[in-house]
Amino acid sequence: MTATVDPEVAADPLPPRRRSRAWAKFRRNPSAILGGAIVVFFLVVAILAPLLPVPGPAETDWSAVRKPPTAAHPFGTDEIGRDVLSRMIWGAQASLLAGVVSVLIAVALGVPLGMIAGYMRGWTDAVISRFTEALLAAPFLILAIALAAFLGPSLTNAMIAIGLSAMPIFVRLSRAQTLSVMTEDYVESARAVGIGHVGLIWRYILPNIFPPIIVQGTLTIATAIIAEASLSFLGLGQQPPAPSWGAMLNTAKNFLEQAPWMALYPGIAIFLVVLGFNLLGDGLRDALDPRDT
Amino acid sequence: MRITKTLGLAALLAMTAGLAHAQDLRIGLQEDPDVLDPDQSRTFVGRIVYASLCDKLVDITPDLEIIPMLATGWEWSDDGTELTMSLREGVTFHDGEPFNAAAVAANIDRSKNLDVSRRKSEVKSIESWEVVDDYTIRFTLSAPDATLMAQFADRAGMMLSPKATEAAGADFGLNPVCAGPFVFKERVQQDRIVLEKFADYYRADEINFDSVTFLPIPDTTVRLANLRAGDLHMLERLAATDLASAEADDGLNVERATSLGYQGITINIANGPRADNPIGQSAAVRRALSLSIDRNALNQVVFEGAFAPGNQPYAPTSPWYNTAFPVPERDIDAAKALLAEAGHADGITVEVQVANNPVQTQVMQVIQAMAAEAGITVELAAKEFATLLADQSAGEFVASQIGWSGRVDPDGNIHQFMTANGGLNDADYSNPDMDKALNEARLSNDPAVRKQSYDAAIALQQEDMPIIYLYHPVWIWALDEKVAGFTPYPDGMIRLHGVSVSE
Amino acid sequence: MLAFLGRRILIAIPTVFLISVFVFTLQHLLPGDPILVMAGEERDPEIIAALREKYRMNDPITVQYLAWAGNALQGDLGISLRTQQPVLELIAEKLPVTIQLAVMALIIAILIGIPAGVLSAYKKGTWIDWLANIIALSGLSVPNFWLGIMLILLVSVRLGWLPASGYLPLSEDPLQSIRVMVMPAFVLGTALAATLMRHTRSAMLSVLKSDYVRTARAKGLREGVVLVKHALRNALVPVVTVITLLFGELLAGAVLTEQIFTIPGFGKLVVDAVFNRDYAVVQGIVLCTGIAFIAMNILADAAYRVLNPRMSDQ
Repeated sequence: MTATVDPEVAADPLPPRRRSRAWAKFRRNPSAILGGAIVVFFLVVAILAPLLPVPGPAETDWSAVRKPPTAAHPFGTDEIGRDVLSRMIWGAQASLLAGVVSVLIAVALGVPLGMIAGYMRGWTDAVISRFTEALLAAPFLILAIALAAFLGPSLTNAMIAIGLSAMPIFVRLSRAQTLSVMTEDYVESARAVGIGHVGLIWRYILPNIFPPIIVQGTLTIATAIIAEASLSFLGLGQQPPAPSWGAMLNTAKNFLEQAPWMALYPGIAIFLVVLGFNLLGDGLRDALDPRDT
Repeated sequence: MRITKTLGLAALLAMTAGLAHAQDLRIGLQEDPDVLDPDQSRTFVGRIVYASLCDKLVDITPDLEIIPMLATGWEWSDDGTELTMSLREGVTFHDGEPFNAAAVAANIDRSKNLDVSRRKSEVKSIESWEVVDDYTIRFTLSAPDATLMAQFADRAGMMLSPKATEAAGADFGLNPVCAGPFVFKERVQQDRIVLEKFADYYRADEINFDSVTFLPIPDTTVRLANLRAGDLHMLERLAATDLASAEADDGLNVERATSLGYQGITINIANGPRADNPIGQSAAVRRALSLSIDRNALNQVVFEGAFAPGNQPYAPTSPWYNTAFPVPERDIDAAKALLAEAGHADGITVEVQVANNPVQTQVMQVIQAMAAEAGITVELAAKEFATLLADQSAGEFVASQIGWSGRVDPDGNIHQFMTANGGLNDADYSNPDMDKALNEARLSNDPAVRKQSYDAAIALQQEDMPIIYLYHPVWIWALDEKVAGFTPYPDGMIRLHGVSVSE
Repeated sequence: MLAFLGRRILIAIPTVFLISVFVFTLQHLLPGDPILVMAGEERDPEIIAALREKYRMNDPITVQYLAWAGNALQGDLGISLRTQQPVLELIAEKLPVTIQLAVMALIIAILIGIPAGVLSAYKKGTWIDWLANIIALSGLSVPNFWLGIMLILLVSVRLGWLPASGYLPLSEDPLQSIRVMVMPAFVLGTALAATLMRHTRSAMLSVLKSDYVRTARAKGLREGVVLVKHALRNALVPVVTVITLLFGELLAGAVLTEQIFTIPGFGKLVVDAVFNRDYAVVQGIVLCTGIAFIAMNILADAAYRVLNPRMSDQ
């Protein structure tokens, strides 16, 4: 373990070396690899959905409504006789998209805003913080319904709504982290030796913001997948009969006693994906932590 | 002696229940009622509360016959424009005010003239009224109105204390004062409505509870769990898919009645530019869609066979059902032939809007799969109800899956939807023959004469099909096995007279 | 510190204004017509016209907003379109319910999340770390409604230990009130516990590697003292941010939990109000949560100052 990065060392043009060192660290971390594997597995399944040998996700069979798993339907059938396995596979597309894209939207908007607020302070900070608070205070539902009204209900608009409502937490986190880093001695020293704004942000602030953002990001992917379920329920997410895990779970809620498998498999899938993203996030966090080798 | 005076079936029930007197009856509702003012409210669950709170001029039997309640008798003039009612004596409102002809007059006046009264259209035909004596009132109608008695059996016939309505005005609903078996005690929005027994109720011997509490519990699974855990005595609208498990439960009883309402698909025929498409312009295409639907399979898949498949505004068990048009079997070939006849042999696409609740979405997904086999591609647009309703009345729809809660009088299920100027005719359907048949049906008080008019109207509906009827919901109540004396009614109400709980 | 608080409260005023304009506009842009829903199944045009007149729906939106804002400044938030109850009364009725639920959930979340996070960071890479992670993640990835219904079926119906749903004011019967609220608070708390645990773990890992922890250890302080007094105290900065954000989320986001356990709180009120387009109720609630959010944010910033005095010169 080395000491905290001191100004001289950090002033070196480090980025390429840091990246390869991070990768080496990541590779040695078994749980990170496991997390990555889970995520990659679901991504592959989602991408290959059209090629897999399963019935269509909207194909119905009136004689097999809410039937427990059999050889023909390994995950059972749903409330109108569709194959649950097939809907799981196709639903992976919608759910992963909903989770990842909305978090990307939230991070892409939230982190720069938070950094600017924490870095510039003063009026800029006040304006950004006030708007963030206003956004936080508007209930998610109103925001989502209003957005869907303007744009028309679809999965894409659900992702935008989820992304926007998840944004404030990233603003707050990156602002707090920026404020905290700016008070560190090494930042003071770096400033003293005349490093510019971009240099400061790139070398000191960004690496310090990443750990909490990655942890929050991986957690928010999980929340977003579940939020997509609520929006589907309001008719603002995935449009029926196209499946998503969240929508499947929502329907299954009414049949927990009669057809538990309808809730079980989407539930397990969400759990695994959430686990995967979090393990992956942990690995990244450790690998990117500037205080560690 | 008091006992000899009140001996009767009701008294017997009261006595047996009295041995183990249930303090409080707890009923689970599917929704939270809106404002508790019969002249302003609009929800079904609100009416369930009124059944214990506000007595009406007349009531119905489970067979939909009109029977006396606060009015003991009534007589029509020969031309059907004068209705004379004699009223029950010795009835008081919850605030001690006497019930008499003047009170009825004040109530009708309020239903007609309160600026935000939702009852205006129901009592529109009443032109004037005259207090003949303390317990007799005479209504003069602008034209014969066969539907009026049925209106008096619902919210328009609920009697509110004139003193209270005068004092509270439009805020009456915050503290309603009626003449029913229970007195309003408190309400916590979305949590509970508590009513207490009215000691001076004129049929107090039939009421076996000190209080009744209505608890809105929207989730069907949770509502049933509450009943099973003993936190409720009964609940309304058990999910059809829970029926089998509730029936198998020794601790529960299940009661049911086919409702007066229906669910269907309304097609935009002439309401704005969105009507300009194959299904809006061609009755043959609409009939093709109807034929592509297997109504029995739909009922089996979504409701486990518990509901009633239908193809008319009245359920097949109703006396108003036109038996010349039985519920059609699914016929894909005929549907395809009709499409070809209309010049759409390659199939068509129809956008159907549907309320985004799980059950209605499920219904439409089943229909979507069925229609696809006949070459009709159904695209679903799930909307929340407020949006769906606004879009529908503005003509912003091609087809809309929507239902109607149903009325006691047959007029209520069809007139407003099918007449050219009907307030609920969102399809903008217009057929002079239909208007004639439905307007004539209002004029006679003779069921046989009215039946002829409705049969003719149904025949036209089957041809033009502005609404494709799908099924009639069945009210399902689940009760703790200790609850006795409950009678199911097709209006879905819970009447507590004679209901008791043994311990 | 006092000057800081004063300045923040002053700044909060335009924020509240911003929120109210924002929500008012947004609401009136929503599709769906509240009057149409209120008019009832019959949708009588005469009634629709009368209702529009009564609730001033025909006025331009700016006039409507000014009328609302004028009344709000005098403490009158209007009445619910659906039940005609005054909005202020509704809020006063619902707020204690949701606060009780939120506080209990937060306590459960903190009791589980922070110790689990500290332990798992301290024992990083061992089976304890793994177990804590898996449990936390299950809490996060199991949807509220699923866990809620399963608990009702198991604890209330099968075992008969706790009431299935409902609410009892704390003032009426404290013990029973807490009993009724335990299950919903647990359901709501588990997801938050996961978030807290993950953030605590992450912050602790960073802090445990820092100079002052190593210095403290070098000084020969007991491990428990190092963990709690030195490490945890510093790790709490991001954790406090998360808690304040979660508290806001709790207030607005107890929706599903309240729906499942039929708790007559804020979340249920706002959902019903949005679906019924009950403008005045939505507006009142948003104003209220908005003020609560801002208060939480001010408290959070004050907490940073206490935890990290170096940030004080802003």
